[in-house]
Amino acid sequence: MVGALVSVVPLAQGDGFFRERDEADCVQSNDTVCLDWALDNADRYVSPTLEHLLLVGVSVAAGLVIALGLSVLSHRRRWLMPAFLATTGVIYTIPSIALFLLLLPISGRGTTTALIALTLYTLQIIYRNIVTGLANVPDAAKDAGRGMGMTDRQLFWRVEMPLAVPEIIAGLRIATVSTVAIATLAVFAGAGGLGDVIYTEGVQAGVFKTAIVVGSAIAIAMAIAFDVVYIGAQRLLSPWRQVRPV
Amino acid sequence: MSVSAFNPQASVFDSFSGAVDFIFSPRDEVGVGGEVGGLGQVAEFLWTHVWISALALAVAVALTLPIGVYLGHRGSGELLAVAIGNAGRAIPELALIALMIAFVGVGVLNVTIALLILGIPPILTNAFVGIRQVDRDAVEAARGVGMTEFEVIARVELPLAVPTIMGGVRTAAIAIIATATIAPLAGVLTLGDFILNFNVYGDDGLLAGAILVALLALVVELLLAGLQRLLTPRGVMLQREAARAAA
Repeated sequence: MVGALVSVVPLAQGDGFFRERDEADCVQSNDTVCLDWALDNADRYVSPTLEHLLLVGVSVAAGLVIALGLSVLSHRRRWLMPAFLATTGVIYTIPSIALFLLLLPISGRGTTTALIALTLYTLQIIYRNIVTGLANVPDAAKDAGRGMGMTDRQLFWRVEMPLAVPEIIAGLRIATVSTVAIATLAVFAGAGGLGDVIYTEGVQAGVFKTAIVVGSAIAIAMAIAFDVVYIGAQRLLSPWRQVRPV
Repeated sequence: MSVSAFNPQASVFDSFSGAVDFIFSPRDEVGVGGEVGGLGQVAEFLWTHVWISALALAVAVALTLPIGVYLGHRGSGELLAVAIGNAGRAIPELALIALMIAFVGVGVLNVTIALLILGIPPILTNAFVGIRQVDRDAVEAARGVGMTEFEVIARVELPLAVPTIMGGVRTAAIAIIATATIAPLAGVLTLGDFILNFNVYGDDGLLAGAILVALLALVVELLLAGLQRLLTPRGVMLQREAARAAA
């Protein structure tokens, strides 16, 4: 309420002083979210947001590359598939905060540890979706490819993979959105990000409401923004899907 | 947050054996004060972790499963079920707990409510999708032999949807156990206390907490997978195995 009042009161010259005082009061009393203060101090949220984007971007990209590698392997050697699914599934079951900390003695505090853990998490979702996508490729499409004289390798990269794109993107979408959420816990691995705003500047600093709300809001907005981007990408990358089957 | 040094000289093996030692034998607190660690304290925190998670999961299932099954049976509310499922993934568990501490308060009841909110999305979405995916011919056949709508749900749709529904329950259980780890922030002392109060428990306690939470999650996942096998009709299991063999 304090924040709202401040913005309603007409301010003349020299009011900057009072404005600042009111904002300081708001921060001091910690009764509500100090929106004015947060806006004036917006720069302090820039680097945690960028760190967060980096954590998400790098781990999803690395997860995609590794999952594609695994799926190429398990496509040639079918017996590997259950092993890969089980392994990535077990890793996914370990709560993220525990995985971050279990890696500490091995890879130390910091961004590397967070990236390893987050990448391992994305693997389960992305790999499973690639496998599903490949399994759903119609036999007719594969037969047509073979009929055109394609080798197994050509068939895989020119027919099966492109037809699996919608499922792969669906997997990337889930992986990205959940990684945005999980990456807030990277603060416990000393990797910064928005968890730093929510936890260090919020919960630990006497439950400072403004930091908690701003940090959470940026994280949720980031997840929604990624979601929207993926929906767009899905349309662009699988044009044949827009032809409605009769 | 208190910065754990994790002495780079100490080998990985030393770190983990220190953590195991912390679990089995009590030691002096890092600061001044009493004893920490040991099986007694581990058991105490483990028990709190387990019961608050179990309570939250049970309430989430009781509230959500009937709604998901009903919506799936009627085939309506797909947008709602899917939207809630998506929204659930986007909400960071740390944010949920922090917002709760800031605006609702701390304590067992609040934590239980926060945990069960986290369990709702996967249960709802999977119940809806599971029931929806049941072969419509099977449902029509059930109606044809004179089953009431309730019997159709209880004797045809639910048994056939068990694998998908249990998938949602397992996801919810793991999310709840993971989030209960940060419950000590709200005054409920779960295994996460070893992790969050580094000043008291030290490096060994931190790692011990991580090991215990990971083991708990894996054990619960195994138990629920076992329960799923028990609940799945034999025919569905054979069908899935056949599909897997063919793939």
